[in-house]
Amino acid sequence: MTSSPPDSPDRPGAADTLTGGPRRRRAPGSGGSRGAPLPLLLPALVGLAFLVLPLVALLVRAPWRSMPDLLTSSEVWQALRLSLVCATAATAVSLVIGVPLAWLLARVEFPGRGVVRALVTLPLVLPPVVGGVALLMALGRNGVVGQWLDAWFGITLPFTTAGVVVAEAFVAMPFLVISVEGTLRAADPRYEEAATTLGASRFTAFRRVTLPLIAPGVAAGAVLAWARALGEFGATITFAGNFPGRTQTMPLAVYLALQSDPEAAIALSLVLLAVSVAVLAGLRDRWMTAS
Amino acid sequence: MTDAEKTARGAVARRAPGPVRGEDARSGPADAGLDARLVVERGAFRLDVTLSAAPGDVVALLGPNGAGKTTALRALAGLVALTDGHLRLDGAALDRTPPEARPVGVVFQDYLLFPHLTALDNVAFGPRCHGATKAGARALAAEWLERMDLTAHAGAKPRRLSGGQAQRVALARALATRPRLLLLDEPLAALDARTRLDVRAQLRRHLADFEAVAVLVTHDPLDAMVLADRLVVIEDGGIVQEGSPTHVARHPRTDYIAHLVGLNLYRGRAEGHTVRLDAGPAITTSEDLGGPVFVAFPPSAVTLHRDRPTGSSARNLWRCEVAGLETHGDQIRAALTGELALAADLTTVAAAELDLHPGATVWAALKAAETHAYPA
Repeated sequence: MTSSPPDSPDRPGAADTLTGGPRRRRAPGSGGSRGAPLPLLLPALVGLAFLVLPLVALLVRAPWRSMPDLLTSSEVWQALRLSLVCATAATAVSLVIGVPLAWLLARVEFPGRGVVRALVTLPLVLPPVVGGVALLMALGRNGVVGQWLDAWFGITLPFTTAGVVVAEAFVAMPFLVISVEGTLRAADPRYEEAATTLGASRFTAFRRVTLPLIAPGVAAGAVLAWARALGEFGATITFAGNFPGRTQTMPLAVYLALQSDPEAAIALSLVLLAVSVAVLAGLRDRWMTAS
Repeated sequence: MTDAEKTARGAVARRAPGPVRGEDARSGPADAGLDARLVVERGAFRLDVTLSAAPGDVVALLGPNGAGKTTALRALAGLVALTDGHLRLDGAALDRTPPEARPVGVVFQDYLLFPHLTALDNVAFGPRCHGATKAGARALAAEWLERMDLTAHAGAKPRRLSGGQAQRVALARALATRPRLLLLDEPLAALDARTRLDVRAQLRRHLADFEAVAVLVTHDPLDAMVLADRLVVIEDGGIVQEGSPTHVARHPRTDYIAHLVGLNLYRGRAEGHTVRLDAGPAITTSEDLGGPVFVAFPPSAVTLHRDRPTGSSARNLWRCEVAGLETHGDQIRAALTGELALAADLTTVAAAELDLHPGATVWAALKAAETHAYPA
């Protein structure tokens, strides 16, 4: 029961000191000759500054002294709570209908699958405002489907909290579907076959074997969708409007506050920034170490 | 059932199931077991094999890569639909039955143990799908793991198991649903040489204990001969030969099997003790036959000479040219062309003394008694 030679513990270490070690421990400045050429380095630094500077500016201009008062106002909490609830609900909706959709795209051969996939990803590139208008045409009180929802069930979606969830799910679900479909394609479909030969129906095989196997991909997709839903503005304001306490989510509140009370807008923005950083921190194992 | 009994039963080929298994044989002996004609067409490839086996039989599908062995196995499991033919198991037609409803257990080539479940839960998966309670399925799984000497690893995830352990978990998982047909796809291919020896012996024991039909797919003749009562050789989607391992090894009918069992094989027409080969010279044999025959002889029976031997008792003598040399265990195997293409084994010392090198001319001698001729 000896381990095979390539796995012997001293070898990778030796290789490490030869290649990885010196690079990691290189003294500052000594790498100039092997560094990036200037025509690449300069734009790269400008790019980095371009991405980081606005966030730094947000921190610099933050009204730190009045912050406690701004953040404890009931409107802020209302908007934040509504944002979290709606983004979470939209993610839940996306999971319930998005994961099966991803499975269908990844596992079932049917004519026009390419077209269906293109349609699913369309909301990714569609301007969210257009998505909002489209949702109004479909689910609005006089919309293609909405008129029947209203007439038969008395359900009205536009300009309600449920409408916010619908708008956010519409924009965010494609992220989840794409992520889950990719994971499904990478997963070995023969595990499902093995489950079937053990007496599992295709659904049981999906629930007890495939889903646990692709759980990391589903989680990543859900976080992506949640973050997208949290920041959603265009489709939400178009389809659900901007009623404080009912449909006014954080991004809408930020935009509105900017016109009347810039300090409040900065404070709200900082809250959203904090949430984003927290999400990134939660995903760091997955993405930041991926390189 | 002990190995001795098993061997005895294997010798009486395809005997109807005896009263020993009476309590298990739900249907009559005439219906019990496997009766199938599997036809699967996929593009230009066509598989058409007929298989039948009695309960307790272990049938090995042997053949080169791409011959259709795995397709046949997948068709038996229901993972590939039949284009034509039929599939009956213990009298029940299964052609249209979905895989989850077939009383079939599969050990996949790389086992496909569910990586997120422990060994115990992997084995409990099948019974659970068949309606057992969680506790009941686990108790049953624990029993199976104990039978496989794996109790200590019940809580381990598959990636922490060695190849041999994973193989036994896969076997336990397949057997835990009490299948009437056990399918094994290259059950030993994923193992290294040393583990293979142990696992092969264990697998043989477990297959001997198994009371229903077992079909295994392999491209390793040794696995097939050790594990199976009967070999079915498949090439290009069709059966080219079937029979007991000994029979197939002694009477190969294609170059593929001859190569596998290490024999030189020729086809020709016999007139008494002389066989005129379809391509090439005549071979003098010990058997007295007439009509189309196969002639086989082992490479070790051939002796090589630098000069034409005089006074040799060998009845067969051919002038050949060395096409290639390779080590074969502690021997050198020489591939010869010329009057007759054949393989000959000789010791390293002999090869040096003969100054063998590609292109060298040698005389190959073969005694008639070393040949084996049988009707084609």
